[in-house]
Amino acid sequence: MADPFLSIQSVKKSFGNVAVVKDFNLDVGAGEFVSFLGPSGCGKTTMLRIVAGFEEPSAGKVLIGGKDVTGLKPNQRNIGMVFQAYALFPNLTVAQNIGFGLKVAGMPKAEAQARIAEMLNIIKLPDFGDRYPYQLSGGQQQRIALARALAPKPKLLLLDEPLSALDAKVRISLREEIRSIQKKLGITTIFVTHDQEEALSMSDRIVVMNEGRADQTGTPFEIYNRPSTKFVANFVGTLNVLEATVSDAASGKVRINTEEIGLQGKLNGSRSGDTLSLALRPEAISLGRRPGTDTSLSGQIADVHFLGSVIRVRVGVGQNMVSLDTFNNSSTPPPVVGEKTEISFSSGDVLVLH
Amino acid sequence: MKTGRFWAWLVFAIGTAYFFIPLIATFEFSLRMRRGEYSFDAYRIVLGDSRFQETFAYSVTVAVFTILLGVLLVVPTAYWIRLRMPQLRPVVEFITLLPLVIPAIVIVFGYIRMYGSSSPLPFLGSARGTDALLVIGYATLALPYMYRAVDTGLRTIDVRTLTEAAQILGAGWTTIIARVILPNVLIAVLSGAFLTFAIVIGEFTLASLLNRPAFGPYLQNIGANRAYEPAALAVIAFAITWGCMSVIQILARFAPKSANRPN
Repeated sequence: MADPFLSIQSVKKSFGNVAVVKDFNLDVGAGEFVSFLGPSGCGKTTMLRIVAGFEEPSAGKVLIGGKDVTGLKPNQRNIGMVFQAYALFPNLTVAQNIGFGLKVAGMPKAEAQARIAEMLNIIKLPDFGDRYPYQLSGGQQQRIALARALAPKPKLLLLDEPLSALDAKVRISLREEIRSIQKKLGITTIFVTHDQEEALSMSDRIVVMNEGRADQTGTPFEIYNRPSTKFVANFVGTLNVLEATVSDAASGKVRINTEEIGLQGKLNGSRSGDTLSLALRPEAISLGRRPGTDTSLSGQIADVHFLGSVIRVRVGVGQNMVSLDTFNNSSTPPPVVGEKTEISFSSGDVLVLH
Repeated sequence: MKTGRFWAWLVFAIGTAYFFIPLIATFEFSLRMRRGEYSFDAYRIVLGDSRFQETFAYSVTVAVFTILLGVLLVVPTAYWIRLRMPQLRPVVEFITLLPLVIPAIVIVFGYIRMYGSSSPLPFLGSARGTDALLVIGYATLALPYMYRAVDTGLRTIDVRTLTEAAQILGAGWTTIIARVILPNVLIAVLSGAFLTFAIVIGEFTLASLLNRPAFGPYLQNIGANRAYEPAALAVIAFAITWGCMSVIQILARFAPKSANRPN
């Protein structure tokens, strides 16, 4: 990236003897929406708090707009932030909450009123200015929190799991709204989440974090389809992992139980006799032989779950269990547990995890 | 079910009688100054006594300064302990409880030894200095109540997140305490303030041994020398305390509300 707007350089953070962030590097372009995705305790929130200035890094630096802000306090960084717990000031009305940052900055009253009205319009709650936070639903409170964060026109917006406390329906509509506001304002945004669906649907790029490190950084498409580590492959999306042994490295043959399949060009220097983990997304596998696939394995139906439009089938392939979804077709009866079957897939869809 | 309710009512009745009978008896006795009929003579004498007015005004003034000192000391301390040093909370709680364990007489003798006119800090060398020492002493005595009231108030809000939300919006510490924290714990602070007021108005030991013209020593003096006036004074003091508690209740209705505490 030629001229990153936010640059996190070799940042480390330890609490006592526990290293929470280990050598984290990231460049974010102006207007980009980047998500930190990972399980609890992976260091994503700590990294966000370091960018905000709430935590001081043990090593490394943070640059915003080319300026080193590592030593600056949070109130000197001109950053907007939305918290998981809304954090609206209970004693202030919605308008006063949105105007808080403007008042602190010493903006003239008339100008501040106009900005508050503009923000209320952006979040589509124009008539809510006189209400108190306790009179609002969770989704409305979070929209007000977003408006409050954006009102002082910050250079950078940080979102710390802002959707986690909301119910599923509100979460989906609010994530679309956040993304559309972010695009409209063109503000550089860092979004922390443990929800892969949120990260995949909202982000320009995703940083998948594991044990304090960025395991992989890439577009949602790259992260989902070309995971670079076993952790990323397992964490993002549902994955079937098959244990295999390289039977003939030269010709790219691997053995799963008693059957041999070809993975030409995918073995990356593995030698005959090595064991490998092969990963397959459920949507890449079909029950029975499907035209256009080049690989098949025999198995036995172990479990069938009828989910309405979809039937989730688990197939035992030797010691491995493979999960796949098929669409419900009223003219075809669902598979029967215990039935012998075949699964088919394209060898190109197989991910080799080292 | 019915038996349970009977016992509940019985306990309630006994408790009410235990509480109200002495109060009614005191009130009734305070009205008996005029032989053969009830009158408010005792109240008229007490309220018309210039010493009552002077000592009461003095104690109210001292109470106001004590409350100010208590708020300035306790709110930032309790806030900082919650925000940055939660591990110190048991220690601070223990320190704030000490005034309940150490009698006021020990504290005042300590003051007399430490701050006499020949000491490096001669608080007792002047009347104003002694007043200041009295305020400090009262703030110490009220510490358990003030600290607990404020700490309970802080517990009802997410101190850390609200502080961080204000910080990221550009606010400094003074703005955060004045515009975010204090308004949200105001009712708790007022509860602590009224408890402090009640303590200061009736306190005897510190004021008497520091020889200040406070309401407590006046109460004791009247009690030792008069028959009906002490009863009238007791009822007046009781009314003041109840008045304070009613004000707390009324103010609590105006407490800032939150999503967790909507009613």
